[in-house]
Amino acid sequence: MNIVVLVKQVPDSGSERKLDPADNTVARASADNVINEMDEYAIEEALTIKEAQGGEVTVLTVGPDGATDAIRKALSMGADKAVHVSDEAIHGSDAVQISAVLAAALEQLEYDLVLCGAEATDSQMSVMPALLSERLGIPQLSGARKVTIDGGTAKVERQTDGGYWSLEAPLPAIVSTWDTINEPRYPSFKGIMAAKKKPVETKSLADLGIDASAVGLANATTQVLDFAGRPPKGEGVKVTDEGDGAQKFVDFLAGQKIV
Amino acid sequence: MAEVLVLAELDPAGGGARKTTLEALTAARALGEPSAVVLGAPGTAAGVRDQLAEYGAATVYVAESADIDDYLVAPKAEVLAQLVSEKSPAAVVIPSSPEGKEIAARLAVKTGSGFLTDVTEITADGTATQVAFAGQTIVHSKVTTGTPIFTLRGNSVTPEPAPAAGAEQTVSVSISDAAKQVRVVERVVEQKSNRPELTEASIVVSGGRGVASAENFSIIEGLADSLGAAVGASRAAVDSGFYPHSFQVGQTGKTVSPQLYVAVGISGAIQHRAGMQTSKTIVAINKDPEAPIFELADFGVIGDLNTVVPAATEQINARK
Ligand SMILES: Cc1cc2nc3c(=O)[nH]c(=O)nc-3n(C[C@H](O)[C@H](O)[C@H](O)COP(=O)(O)OP(=O)(O)OC[C@H]3O[C@@H](n4cnc5c(N)ncnc54)[C@H](O)[C@@H]3O)c2cc1C
Ligand SMILES: Nc1ncnc2c1ncn2[C@@H]1O[C@H](COP(=O)(O)O)[C@@H](O)[C@H]1O
Repeated sequence: MNIVVLVKQVPDSGSERKLDPADNTVARASADNVINEMDEYAIEEALTIKEAQGGEVTVLTVGPDGATDAIRKALSMGADKAVHVSDEAIHGSDAVQISAVLAAALEQLEYDLVLCGAEATDSQMSVMPALLSERLGIPQLSGARKVTIDGGTAKVERQTDGGYWSLEAPLPAIVSTWDTINEPRYPSFKGIMAAKKKPVETKSLADLGIDASAVGLANATTQVLDFAGRPPKGEGVKVTDEGDGAQKFVDFLAGQKIV
Repeated sequence: MAEVLVLAELDPAGGGARKTTLEALTAARALGEPSAVVLGAPGTAAGVRDQLAEYGAATVYVAESADIDDYLVAPKAEVLAQLVSEKSPAAVVIPSSPEGKEIAARLAVKTGSGFLTDVTEITADGTATQVAFAGQTIVHSKVTTGTPIFTLRGNSVTPEPAPAAGAEQTVSVSISDAAKQVRVVERVVEQKSNRPELTEASIVVSGGRGVASAENFSIIEGLADSLGAAVGASRAAVDSGFYPHSFQVGQTGKTVSPQLYVAVGISGAIQHRAGMQTSKTIVAINKDPEAPIFELADFGVIGDLNTVVPAATEQINARK
């Protein structure tokens, strides 16, 4: 079982995140960057499948040079090797363009299963499995809270409003995982040491046979025109309950014509 | 006037078009004349035409096939792409559910277009508003390639009737084998609730770790029922087993934008804020005066939820 896990480096969702006023893209250079938390569930799932069925886990990242930190994290958890697509020309690409780069990189790998997170916490789009399925012609089983690989078949419980759908598709397939699926492991000291020696292959657009005019800010299919901080809320009212907290709360609701 | 295709999202329980569909029809009117697209198993469209017409659909395209229901997402994208190539619409507007976003993504690749997800507003020139980074940043963006595709975040637009002809047109469908790879074997409903749907509700009452137990969530449900509200939960409450995951509000749960959001025993972590920050009015009840949720609250009660919430519920019920 050859598994590729898509891993993205993102600005820490717990820190203040910004767009860069120079070109309206996510300010990554100045950010506190981490592995997309949601991708840790995909890595954990890949490692669990590998432990049960054998095979190899490859991490695939499209991102700037600094994204190697996210790759090392994935390798220290137990992935075997990595491919890092890095090229100045990719800066400012949108989801449609990134999916073309990821698809080209996947076409140079051998895989039975592609795993990714349910969403990147910076873009919050949750569209990569659909985009890659469309480009590669492989089935998309997204939003998994449970994955079973049974011979040549992937079975997934897709989390839905108030329940789930059971999905089934032939391999190779792409599966995205929710944070309800498992508990990602922490890298062990041994894992961290071992990760330093694991192979990370860096590829450029030229290595993937992609023309620079297909990617980048100037060729994106969408454009951020402007942005602004959300206007601060006016100072709210805060009361301390001294037996009258409920009354004051209900009075507030009445003032808003809610009750 | 230019035609704008609006993908209808229907209530799976047969309750007609979802509110998100009426919102999408309303938003689409800024761009041109909306046509609704109804996709599903045979019989899906019965009875929804009038509702779609009332909210502005000049035409209602109906594509019904068992394949659309039996396989995940890809068949819907395929039919929609066929309609885009036949009708050359000015834009496509889709409700921003997980499935809606995936259909938009596939449609973008199929039609060589750009797409924007979770938009909260669309103006006549195609400029969309998006809320980024857990509500901290407001972004204006545009699709610059192909047919603009937008997914509209629920509760961002108030549905307004604008009666139109709603002329029904049957679309013949033949789904390719390529779109029939992921079979939906079973659809399992685990919780049924008589309360409003979380993402559509105009009032949401959410409980956090402070609620302290699954049994004690009855306090939250009691307040919610007195207000006709949906119940939500923080991830800590979900992870502790107090309430099912499908009610989680936040970055990895639902995004809600109600008129009133009441956060009870929730600290207000950034990941929780991501899902509720755009609520119109926010009330927090928390015993810790330093809890970050108070930074967002229009009204805050510093106190023990176990006394404040039941007392408030009683008073609200008494006013009825
Ligand atoms: C990748 C990732 C994704 C995440 N996604 C989400 C998400 O989608 N949604 C989400 O909510 N979180 C999410 N989180 C978790 C988030 O970081 C917080 O841990 C979580 O929101 C905390 O929930 P809480 O406020 O209920 O618990 P706590 O932070 O423990 O807060 C409990 C609050 O209850 C108050 N309290 C306790 N007892 C009482 C009482 N008797 N009366 C009144 N007040 C009381 C306390 O003062 C405290 O403020 C995510 C985290 C990560 C890393
Ligand atoms: N640049 C990237 N490199 C590698 N994986 C990515 C990249 N962008 C997105 N992904 C993967 O796709 C998932 C969904 O991302 P998104 O659709 O942007 O929310 C993420 O959790 C990642 O696993």
